[in-house]
Amino acid sequence: MNKHSRLHLPRAPARPGEKPDFSYVQISPAGAVRRPDVNARARDIEALAVEMVRVLDDADHAVGPWHPHLDPAELQVGLRHMLLTRIYDERMQRTQRAGKISFYIRSLGEEAVSVAQCMALRPGDMLFPSYRNQGLQIARGIALVDLMCQLLSNTHDMCKGRQLPVMYHSKAGNIFSISGNLATQFPQAVGWAMAAAIKGEDHLAASWIGEGSSAEADFHHALLFASVYQAPVILNVVNNQWAISTFQGYAGGEQRSFAARGPGYGIAGIRVDGNDFLAVYAVTQWAALRARTGAGPTLVELVTYRAAAHSTSDDPARYRAKDDQEHWPLGDPIERLKRHLIELGEWSEERHRALTSELEALIGASWQEAVTYGTLNEGPKLDPDLMFEDVFKEMPQHLQRQRALMRQERG
Amino acid sequence: MASMNMIQALNSAMDIMLERDPSVVLMGEDIGYFGGVFRTTEGLQRKYGEHRVLDSPIAEGGIIAAAIGMGVNGLRPVAEIQFADYIYPGFDQIVSELARLRYRSAGQFFAPVTIRTPCGGGIRGGQTHSQSPEGIFTHVSGLKVVMPSNPRDAKGLLITSIEDDDPVVFFEPKRLYNGPFDGDPTKPAVPWSAHPKGQVDEGYYTVPLGSADVVRSGSQATIITYGTMVFVALAAAAALEVDAEIVDLRSLVPLDVDTICSSVKKTGRCVVAHEATRFSGFGAEIVSVVQEECFWDLEAPIQRVAGWDTPYPHAFEWEYFPGQARVASAVKAVMEPT
Repeated sequence: MNKHSRLHLPRAPARPGEKPDFSYVQISPAGAVRRPDVNARARDIEALAVEMVRVLDDADHAVGPWHPHLDPAELQVGLRHMLLTRIYDERMQRTQRAGKISFYIRSLGEEAVSVAQCMALRPGDMLFPSYRNQGLQIARGIALVDLMCQLLSNTHDMCKGRQLPVMYHSKAGNIFSISGNLATQFPQAVGWAMAAAIKGEDHLAASWIGEGSSAEADFHHALLFASVYQAPVILNVVNNQWAISTFQGYAGGEQRSFAARGPGYGIAGIRVDGNDFLAVYAVTQWAALRARTGAGPTLVELVTYRAAAHSTSDDPARYRAKDDQEHWPLGDPIERLKRHLIELGEWSEERHRALTSELEALIGASWQEAVTYGTLNEGPKLDPDLMFEDVFKEMPQHLQRQRALMRQERG
Repeated sequence: MASMNMIQALNSAMDIMLERDPSVVLMGEDIGYFGGVFRTTEGLQRKYGEHRVLDSPIAEGGIIAAAIGMGVNGLRPVAEIQFADYIYPGFDQIVSELARLRYRSAGQFFAPVTIRTPCGGGIRGGQTHSQSPEGIFTHVSGLKVVMPSNPRDAKGLLITSIEDDDPVVFFEPKRLYNGPFDGDPTKPAVPWSAHPKGQVDEGYYTVPLGSADVVRSGSQATIITYGTMVFVALAAAAALEVDAEIVDLRSLVPLDVDTICSSVKKTGRCVVAHEATRFSGFGAEIVSVVQEECFWDLEAPIQRVAGWDTPYPHAFEWEYFPGQARVASAVKAVMEPT
């Protein structure tokens, strides 16, 4: 017993020069977690918040009650979306390094989260993403050229030059405008879901934040409102272990899983292997059915690993072990689904190589088209007049005056 | 004396205060092990330990609130908000709590918190990494608001702010972290090592709050400015061949009314310049003060230079930024009023 109170300072499992250590990650065997009825009460299924739903076992078989029994063609679509997301990320990262775009954020290692979850939802469901959910855009079928033009802030930019790269939106695709501020979308998604319930519609809302952002008050606002109104919403915490330089312990992950915040608020909480495409799909499908049948909200914790830097402005070699990701116990989502498909006899290394080449060509062609609409520094430019539009629905007099002054200033 | 950029000067200020005063603690996102996303707290956790330089959860409201609690319990917290654009989740704690604690408890409780936060644009940061919200905080009674324009001032002002028993919101114009910036992004960057204000005393020293610095004396017009706009104003005045006096306010609350007014009374012409948006900006306060105190000495209506009243746009950064051209037309307007 200590004679004094003490301040606990969470210690990252491995800093540069130290041996990677993921012994803190609690992993259930594939197939081991029971699948409760979708209408089970939150208080009766609290174990789901600490166990880990997994479907793919070490031999690449799909096992257990959460096996979603998807058609192989569907799995191939999932693989394609994940691979496209990864290649898109690689290519856009390179264009940032070449100075063509100002900033980029990759989702390397987390592709199953966005892709499997999007595929398990319906097109009418509203998505409130964070800035690391490009897989949602890709799985919803947003044109690559449109995404690239946003990154380029060019004449076809959906944001009209107003947002940092990766802050996409798609009104038609039911994907909300991404904010650079953290966790703000989480309670907004709950409000959207409340409106759906008020209007008697069948759509649900889903939102994503990182485990680091779950420290923000908006996370708690979301859980509270979701609980009080039992809103049809899926609240996803993507626990990728790292929030820039601070590991998940600094968001409170040392003492309790993030999913366990759910039962604390009277919401179903469920923890899932975020790198297991099938498990992510099955859990999302279950949560969606709960929402659509009046059983209320679900908090999902997707356990994954941020394999890349936080952003192009970040260098993780300064704060975490260099070979951390190689020791990550849940592997790589693309590799795992690929091996499962091969094991099913529905895929091959050769087909994978062909798909990779096809997607690389697609991205190359899309980029060629995107740059014809201009880049940050070359080609056609957005009209700076656009800066003054959309501040209000109608431009007030003082902005009209400032627009005229800006034109004068530019000569 | 040593050559320092603004990041190093701020680091030196915190280093000295951690050393001198065991009640000083630092807290913020990524500031400990990593040393901050701008490296401003580099090495300080290693030197003073994890109990004095704390990494925090990503919760600005929590950071401010915890800093208040620490301050009430005898510590002297320096909280970092990673970008001024992220300060708003802490707004209630700053406005309703930190600013008013001394007042509502009749002086029985106070929290000597300094909130450091990088502000301003010109770094392709888009609407969430470019804002200058100082005017929102100068409007709150009970807060001191500081914005340095160079390493030498930054260090002395930060030490003063940390030692101050009142809460201080300390804005750091991030475009000036590495060198003076005259508003022209096409010119090669000038480092602080090439500027006299980049020569910084390595030891303890203070720069008082409420004391403006006349960075250029002149006779024909006064440009009152602070932060990112100081070097823009200097360059604009030089190009115009107007003998302008340039006043760097350094602290907005308290405000050095005497220096402002003695300059305007001398020149009879006044331009107020800041990077923040114009409408209800801090410039309006300065204009009012000058009008109230110097009306009979003015030869021309006072002009304001500011960012346009829109969010900071990613693609139109330099059309938005109040560069030399905008300063020049304001100076021309006060020189030749029509």
